[in-house]
Amino acid sequence: MTTPIRSAAVRWFTPNRFGLAVLLITAYAVIPFAGSDYLLDAVLTPFLALALAALGLNLLTGYAGQVSLGSAAYLAVGAYAAYNFNLRLPGLPFLASLVAAGFVAAAVGIVFGLPSLRLRGFYLAVSTLAAQFFVQWALTKFGWFSNNNPSGVIDAPPLAVAGLSFSGAVGRYVFSLTVVVVATLLGTRLLRSQVGRNFMALRDHEVAAKVIGVPLLRTKLLAFGVSSFLIGVAGVLWAFAYLRTVEPAGFNLDRSFQILFMIIIGGLASIRGAFLGAAFIVVFPLLLSRFGAALLGNVFDSGVLEMSQRIVIGALIIGLLIAEPCGLIALVDRVADKIRRRVFPPQSRPIHN
Amino acid sequence: MSLIATAPGNSLIVARARERATVHSNVAGGTPRAAGAVRVDAGAPVLTLQSISLSFGGVTALDGIDLAVAKGEIRAIIGPNGAGKSSLLNVVSGLYRPGRGVVQLGSERFRHVPTARLAAVGVARTFQNLALFKGLSVLDNVMMGLVHCRRAGFVRQILSTPQARREEAKARAAAEEAITFLHLGAVKHQLAGGLPYGILKRVELARALVARPRLLLLDEPLAGVTLGEKRDLAAHVRNARDAYDTTIVLIEHDIGVVMGLSDRIAVLDYGRKIADGSPDEVRSDQAVIDAYLGVAHEGETELVI
Ligand SMILES: Nc1ncnc2c1ncn2[C@@H]1O[C@H](COP(=O)(O)OP(=O)(O)O)[C@@H](O)[C@H]1O
Ligand SMILES: [Mg+2]
Repeated sequence: MTTPIRSAAVRWFTPNRFGLAVLLITAYAVIPFAGSDYLLDAVLTPFLALALAALGLNLLTGYAGQVSLGSAAYLAVGAYAAYNFNLRLPGLPFLASLVAAGFVAAAVGIVFGLPSLRLRGFYLAVSTLAAQFFVQWALTKFGWFSNNNPSGVIDAPPLAVAGLSFSGAVGRYVFSLTVVVVATLLGTRLLRSQVGRNFMALRDHEVAAKVIGVPLLRTKLLAFGVSSFLIGVAGVLWAFAYLRTVEPAGFNLDRSFQILFMIIIGGLASIRGAFLGAAFIVVFPLLLSRFGAALLGNVFDSGVLEMSQRIVIGALIIGLLIAEPCGLIALVDRVADKIRRRVFPPQSRPIHN
Repeated sequence: MSLIATAPGNSLIVARARERATVHSNVAGGTPRAAGAVRVDAGAPVLTLQSISLSFGGVTALDGIDLAVAKGEIRAIIGPNGAGKSSLLNVVSGLYRPGRGVVQLGSERFRHVPTARLAAVGVARTFQNLALFKGLSVLDNVMMGLVHCRRAGFVRQILSTPQARREEAKARAAAEEAITFLHLGAVKHQLAGGLPYGILKRVELARALVARPRLLLLDEPLAGVTLGEKRDLAAHVRNARDAYDTTIVLIEHDIGVVMGLSDRIAVLDYGRKIADGSPDEVRSDQAVIDAYLGVAHEGETELVI
């Protein structure tokens, strides 16, 4: 894995401090009232679920340096585990199902993370495909997981927490938002702690990490566990707040790649990068299809339009990664840095030490 | 300004109760150490190697090496490139498993040193080609040197329990101290990835020192830097031994550099120890002169004494 190197100076004046507050106020106090059902249902809720998945994968791949192509499997495990907890333990509060589903995904993640003790890089990536194929196969093969639905489809019940219903578009959005905010907060704390440093040490120099006493085995498995926990919770949001009807085929390798693209495009080893990448992957195709339909709708049919969309997105991704290998977040930071220099001329620049 | 700023009261390693009543230094940068400043302990050696042999396929990297390093000593290991110096440190740190021989660290004897326990045994090291964590700041890199003392698990760390906060604060204080000691204050919040080589050498030294190791292994700490930096680094190494009360084994391929710095020098050539003694003894040793001027090693080193 390459290590994104970002100017430490940017850290001081990021949109983080001020921008985060504005963002949260907007997300909680403006969007639920001003946003259309389409925006909430088709854009923001899936964005939140996928951003959480991207955050989970970024912990593992961006921060701890372990490549994984099994993200969709953990999404599926989370979704199906929550469904079964909810179905088979009727008294269990939904939040408990959600957390328990995260733990089930973490356990599966740890098992499929075991090869990381021996394999790295490309070989590890290939071995994580095992999770991808095994989980999809098991969910289709054993009816128990989907309460004996012949094609493995599950229908999520309406969302309700502590008697409060979150079943409308606004409710499902607010619920997802809250889960994502809390998970992001925990993830941030983790990364700022010694465990987070251990992750990055493992990524940057495994031998040195071992020599100074980083417990490699525990750290690697913890990275897999925490990562798949977050992705599992994202899977619960995906199934319960966004789609509400899911099937194993929806959690295929394409989905794993989609999440991997998010962190590469957004920026490896960056929490904000995971969100940016998710926004890009979710929003961009929607914008493109609107523009495409408006501009060329009466020239080409929808099949051709969809194909050309993919080509445009692919070209954009390549262009972006050539221009900025550290992802969108590096681009954003650079622009923010420029603005900062404009606003605060060099002599009043903060000194870092 | 004093070259040394230490407050060893903060050390995380309380278990290893080591008297360090005299934590002051009489060493100024660059000048040879004053006679009598050495606190070499003739008693139990910190490190003992007994007939260590190591080979890679057909290449014999080490051949029956015996070595004893006394407490408080600065021991140089010199020799031409390929002589087996790095291999020797790798054996001591458990990265290589010797074909024959025993490594004794303090009272513990090992056929194969367990690398994962190295820090806990009280050994820290640096690498010939820098092994820093590029994506971490200098401060975080140095704090990593104390990772083996961390007890709070990750749940405690996320919840920031008193124990976790205390450990973090102690590690930070110790790291700040090592950073001040090595004059890295100005860059401590910068990512290691972007810093110049000479500074990174010091960062790696700080990361090794922060744990207050009993034994510090330095693989070519003075190589690859400018002459001025070389002099500074040599002074830092000597000060580190005094202020952190440790024992140092350092590798260097240039015999001239270590003359004023080390108490004793062992010379390796083709995996064999050909000399072991005080700088003066080694300088006048015929085998050493032959090895360094011999035709077999094409001019990587010069005998500047
Ligand atoms: N990991 C390794 N694999 C194969 N050969 C090695 C390895 N490490 C060292 N060697 C060989 O052992 C010999 C000693 O190398 P080294 O210890 O690096 O020497 P020095 O540090 O004195 O320059 C060299 O011939 C080198 O090629
Ligand atoms: Mg070497």
